[in-house]
Amino acid sequence: MAEKEVVIKTNKLTKKFGDFVAVSEITFEVFKGEIFGFLGANGAGKTTAMKMLIGISKPSSGTANIAGFDVYKNTESIKKSIGYMSQKFSLYEDLTIKENIILFGGIYGLNDYDIETKCNGLLEKLNLQNDADKLVNSLPLGWKQKLAFSTAIFHMPKIVFLDEPTGGVDPITRRQFWDMIYEAAHNGITVFVTTHYMEEAEYCDRVSIMVDGRIEALDSPENLKKQFNAATMDDVFLMLARKAKRGD
Amino acid sequence: MRILKFLLRKEFLQIFRNKLMIRMIFAVPVIQLILLPFAANYEMKNINLCIVDHDHSEYSRNLTYKFTSSGYFQLTAIADSYKKALKVIEEDRADLIIEIPEGFERELIRDNQTKVMLIANAINGQTSGLSVSYANSIINDFNSDIRAKWIQIPRINPQPMIEITTSNWFNPKMNYKYFMVPGVLVLLVTLVGFLLTAINVVKEKEDGTIEQLNVSPIKKYQFILGKLIPFWILGNIVLSVGFIISYVVYGIYPAGSYLLIYLFAAIYLIGLLGFGLFVSTLAETQQQAMFISYFFMTIFILLGGLFAPIDNMPDWAKILAYLNPVSYFIEVMRMIVLKGSGFMDILKYLGIISLFAAGFNLLAIFNYKKTV
Amino acid sequence: MKQFFSFIKKEFHHILRDKRSMLVLLGLPVVQLIIFGFAITTETRNCNIAILDNSKDEATQNLITRIESSSYFDIDKTLSSDNQIEKAFKTGRIKLAIIFQPNFQNELMHNNKAQLQIVTDASDPNQANTLTYYVSAIVMEYQKELNQNKNLPYTINSEIRMLYNPQLKGEYSSVPGVMGMILLLISAMMTSISIVREKEMGTMEVLLVSPLKPWIIIVSKVIPYFIISLINVITILLISGWVFGIPIVGSIFLLSLVTIFYIICALALGILISTVTSSQQAAMIISLIGLMLPVVMLSGYAFPIANMPVILQVISNLIPAKWYIIMVKNIMIKGLGFLDIWKEILIIFGMTTFFLLVSLKRFKIRL
Repeated sequence: MAEKEVVIKTNKLTKKFGDFVAVSEITFEVFKGEIFGFLGANGAGKTTAMKMLIGISKPSSGTANIAGFDVYKNTESIKKSIGYMSQKFSLYEDLTIKENIILFGGIYGLNDYDIETKCNGLLEKLNLQNDADKLVNSLPLGWKQKLAFSTAIFHMPKIVFLDEPTGGVDPITRRQFWDMIYEAAHNGITVFVTTHYMEEAEYCDRVSIMVDGRIEALDSPENLKKQFNAATMDDVFLMLARKAKRGD
Repeated sequence: MRILKFLLRKEFLQIFRNKLMIRMIFAVPVIQLILLPFAANYEMKNINLCIVDHDHSEYSRNLTYKFTSSGYFQLTAIADSYKKALKVIEEDRADLIIEIPEGFERELIRDNQTKVMLIANAINGQTSGLSVSYANSIINDFNSDIRAKWIQIPRINPQPMIEITTSNWFNPKMNYKYFMVPGVLVLLVTLVGFLLTAINVVKEKEDGTIEQLNVSPIKKYQFILGKLIPFWILGNIVLSVGFIISYVVYGIYPAGSYLLIYLFAAIYLIGLLGFGLFVSTLAETQQQAMFISYFFMTIFILLGGLFAPIDNMPDWAKILAYLNPVSYFIEVMRMIVLKGSGFMDILKYLGIISLFAAGFNLLAIFNYKKTV
Repeated sequence: MKQFFSFIKKEFHHILRDKRSMLVLLGLPVVQLIIFGFAITTETRNCNIAILDNSKDEATQNLITRIESSSYFDIDKTLSSDNQIEKAFKTGRIKLAIIFQPNFQNELMHNNKAQLQIVTDASDPNQANTLTYYVSAIVMEYQKELNQNKNLPYTINSEIRMLYNPQLKGEYSSVPGVMGMILLLISAMMTSISIVREKEMGTMEVLLVSPLKPWIIIVSKVIPYFIISLINVITILLISGWVFGIPIVGSIFLLSLVTIFYIICALALGILISTVTSSQQAAMIISLIGLMLPVVMLSGYAFPIANMPVILQVISNLIPAKWYIIMVKNIMIKGLGFLDIWKEILIIFGMTTFFLLVSLKRFKIRL
């Protein structure tokens, strides 16, 4: 692969809470259109690292550049270029599907025409045309998550950050969800996803594995398996995670 | 500005979708405004009276009659001994005992001097003080009647007399409701507006939806305005409903201008809601926000000048009262509604409340962090 | 039983971890009592008034000095014309004005009759009445001194005795009032919100499918608040004894007993509120906006119930605080015993049972 555009670049990015080093000097690059898996056990520091990247948590030291913007100075510009879906489901439960889409479309500065047409397209794609006026809290969890993802990329961000997006859903829905991720990546959106489902790691172009706040391994799933001489990503992960000192 | 439009749309959808909330936001204040001012009456009308008449004379009966026909007292018990009368007080069947001693009439006529005993239940210092002074004035009247009967009045009054005439401005009928209704209305608008905003942002924190907004390019001031405007409008609606009730139920309408009240209310609400938002940024859970609001609301309401005049407070409490936005709104409301005060009269208060509004909102914006 | 205790422990952890709420829950009664004891007083002090002296003679000077030296009034000397006075009323600078007629002393001495006009700001009728009363009393005193040597015939003297509270301290009624209000609001509010919170968070379902019996869950949620309420009662009583000097005349045991009954009643009300609401917001609105003003205004400690219209007197019977306040006054101040308050205890019992039965019914329907 030739000349790849770098959209996320960090150098020794660190976050401390008092004496506790949650994220320790992580350095990596993510390329445009890539699906980048950010792996780690619970408490390894994934979510903290992600919060620094999306500009809602200030790093203690190190540098990071997201979509060409600095995480210290240009957090507001970063926010325009990214989408985010949090671990905790966070659409408005007391708004309808359509109202949620319109709200977030509006917040990201889309005009009324775009919102209307894209919204209809999206509902059609998700096969939710007849449910557009249903309250979000009446949907099953899997649907909510698909909707949350669609909303996160509704404004066509350069990068979308997904924090454990498939927690608690059944394998079929999870598979469908990944189809949506592929489609987004195909359309040029870089996908940065944290997960602790190791089979999901196999779907990523490249993965990094965090242990105790550090990145212990970073490569494509193929190469990692070769490097650790393991049959599955699960085995790779277990080998690395065994070194962890932090518990859950 | 476009973003603000979407935020406002969202808030309104959420507010009006919650039917239970909407009903409570309006029903609770309406019911309270209709009922509570009737309760707030210091005017003593039916002081329960127990009479112990040891004299059983014409004069003692006349005195008793003078009391029962005065309109202030209600004879609820007649006892034949002080001990029994005391029991009546203990059981709360009477607030005041009048004991007329044996020989009351005889001594009055023969010795020119006699006495009656007034024994009051003084647990409530204020009302007992008042009932004793009413009783005294009735006894004085009775006394004058007797003198008038026994002494021939000379044509020219031999004693210098100062004649006191009283005129009660702004509320000549001394109707207590005129005083209470505007004040209660202020309290209700305050409670509703403050609580709703204080809880609202915390709810987004608890639900996790605020994180979704924090990672978006929304500006802080847009966020704050998006929260302020809906509740500001709601506050004004509650105020207006309150005015309609004041007029329909109590016939109260401002001697001054509605416009001026709304001008003041507009700024007051901005300040109040800003404070609500500030509390919201302080709290982590709705429960916490609720307790903090409860704390401030209790103090605001107690020191707001509705239940006791601020003039009477000790200096430290006056300072607290001056720091209390509620006291200004109650004051201004009364000035405009009852006294017809104009723009220049309330200018000072307008200035102070504007400072509050600016201060609280800056605090809220400053304290609302888009980072975790 | 072991489950039960570990569950109570969990609830305590929740509460103790939240320092801010603890501060409010334990500090508020103290603040409120002190505000009520010292600040909320209807005693008039240093009230601003204006005097228009159109006579400026010995008699008016004498009267003005008397008014000035009383602790009730501060005379605003800058006001000297009708116009200014009207303005001062409108801006709220003065609450009362006294206007002496011209030639006051002359009229008084030679025609035996002089006029003095009192103008009040009756937008607060209560204050207006009180102030008028004070001015009249000062004038009467002066007049009496003028007539000093003449002894009046046929005089009825009244001998006054103030029972229970001879110094007419406000705290004698505000302490029972604050107890009634704080215990009801805090207990009802805290329990309703903490139960609804679990419902909202979905953790209630988890608890309900656990082998714990529903009543154990509810009881253990309520116990920490019960203890906090008890702590509040103790602080209130200590403050009222030490700071305000109000002794407990009757039996402390009886007082504690009825207080415990009352707290249980308030907690039951909280449980009831939690069964009829599904969101914390709704629970808050009901327990704060819905309870606060009615309890303050109708329980009989801010305004005498006897003065209210009949319908409100009837409604006031539904407020548990009313009955508790009566009991506290009877035990604490009058020193009465059980036989004098059994009716009130029965009413509180009845209310508690009613609240619990309704909650139980609603609880079953939902599950």
